[in-house]
Amino acid sequence: MIGIGLKAQHCRQVLQERPAIGFFEVHAENYMVDGGPFHHFLSGIREHYPVSLHGVGLSIGGEGPLDEAHLDRLFGLIERYDPIWFSEHLAWSCHGGVFFNDLLPLPYTLETLRRVCEHIDRTQERLKREMLLENPATYVEFATSTISESEFLREVVRRTGCGLLLDVNNVYVSCVNHGRDPRQFINEIPLDKVREIHLAGFAREVDAAGASLLIDNHGSAVDTAVWDLYAAVLDRHGAAPTLIEWDNNVPALSVLLAEAERAARILARHTTCGLAEIVEATA
Amino acid sequence: MAMVAESIQVEFAKSLLDPACAGPSQLKTWNRSDPAVRLAVYRNNVVSSLIDALADTFPVTEALVGVEFFRAMASVYVRKNPPTSRILAHYGSTFAAFVESFEPASTVPFLSDVARLEFARVFAYHAADVDSISPAVVQTAFDLEVDGARLVFALHPSVTVLESSYASVSLWAAHQTDGEVDLGELVVESPEDALVLRHATDVATISLPPGAAIFIRALRNQTPLGASACAAIARESTFDLTFALSLLFQNGAVTSIELPDRNEK
Repeated sequence: MIGIGLKAQHCRQVLQERPAIGFFEVHAENYMVDGGPFHHFLSGIREHYPVSLHGVGLSIGGEGPLDEAHLDRLFGLIERYDPIWFSEHLAWSCHGGVFFNDLLPLPYTLETLRRVCEHIDRTQERLKREMLLENPATYVEFATSTISESEFLREVVRRTGCGLLLDVNNVYVSCVNHGRDPRQFINEIPLDKVREIHLAGFAREVDAAGASLLIDNHGSAVDTAVWDLYAAVLDRHGAAPTLIEWDNNVPALSVLLAEAERAARILARHTTCGLAEIVEATA
Repeated sequence: MAMVAESIQVEFAKSLLDPACAGPSQLKTWNRSDPAVRLAVYRNNVVSSLIDALADTFPVTEALVGVEFFRAMASVYVRKNPPTSRILAHYGSTFAAFVESFEPASTVPFLSDVARLEFARVFAYHAADVDSISPAVVQTAFDLEVDGARLVFALHPSVTVLESSYASVSLWAAHQTDGEVDLGELVVESPEDALVLRHATDVATISLPPGAAIFIRALRNQTPLGASACAAIARESTFDLTFALSLLFQNGAVTSIELPDRNEK
């Protein structure tokens, strides 16, 4: 099953043309408004497609307690739209009453592990469902980290029972940015807990030493290296529901659908082994 | 361990909005390159994504001063007024007031009123869905209440009334084109008022005749019909009540009419 991110500028066209696509994913915070076109169009689209709810503002990696009002709003959206998944990021975005509108990195220590697990426990308890945790794209690491990212994710999944949203672009971006091997990373994480995959484009810059620094900007087509890594993930995992994300410089709907088609061709080669999981995820 | 992790997040947060702040000393890079260059990716993401959010909300304000000026002005606003909500739909609610007091923009005195109009449109876009009352309901209300002046109206939650000393509505309207903006005969100094509200999924910007803004604002504050009309006439002797009422009903601006309590008579 392949999905695309739902963009406001495509909603009318989606309702008119009803493209053959498995699901649409929306950013939860965009729908935390009283009424108007966002709810009007999502309600219409929900009548014809499964919807996945992707949060960007819960700040699961934040040092303070979770915002209960935000959890209430998320629960309201879940009640209203009955999404196939709710996912959030291994990152923080709020501090001292300010929302930074970005997914910020945290050190991986026993202390941050305990805190992230507490936050996921509370989220799953309040939302009355399993959440999926997405691996981050990062640009810096912390000298204070004592645990690798893959080990951290593995332990979070083990302690909280949450699922994983494997962002293959983030794996590639982070591994290039930190001189690691992306294939080793996917061998180290609990792939059996991956319920959804994200694919997106990145931008290329360089760091102070002239080394590649990839920026997860969701502003272009999926890179060849990320398609290859995606196929490698499916080789090990079997088929998994996959989303094409394109949030900046958003192209015509047809371009997103063409990217989805490309993912579908790769996925089709793995469908038989992952069928049970798709059925389970969409039930 | 807890203290170390917390101090990192405090320092990280400070450095995101303050260019003079160096950022946490605990950052490291695999190739020993200067982490400041990598920290700058986060700083840029934060500030530029928030400037982009403002540019989405205030496209005509941006067009009037140009992209470069707008982004420089917006970056000052973002650093002074970062979002306090995780919901960005209403980010920039104080931007028009900021523009008004932003010294470098003082040569464009109408800019803040255009920004107010643009924010009112975004506010209307996301406002709650409430049905308007039909002409039949209106008629019934007037039939039931002998003294129509005592009726109290509830207006649609998307409604904003704007009063401007400049031709803000015409300036905004001239930019609603894919082609060349033609300001032609536009006299910037002529005052204009507007009603902004949403019809189904479309936001409307409607020019108001003299006095109508005062009238609608009074109605909005639950002032009875008669007293609202008096307030408008006191300020604008040419105020046309019939025209103002039909404009409200035709645009679906009224969601309920409250009959006064009979016992109060």
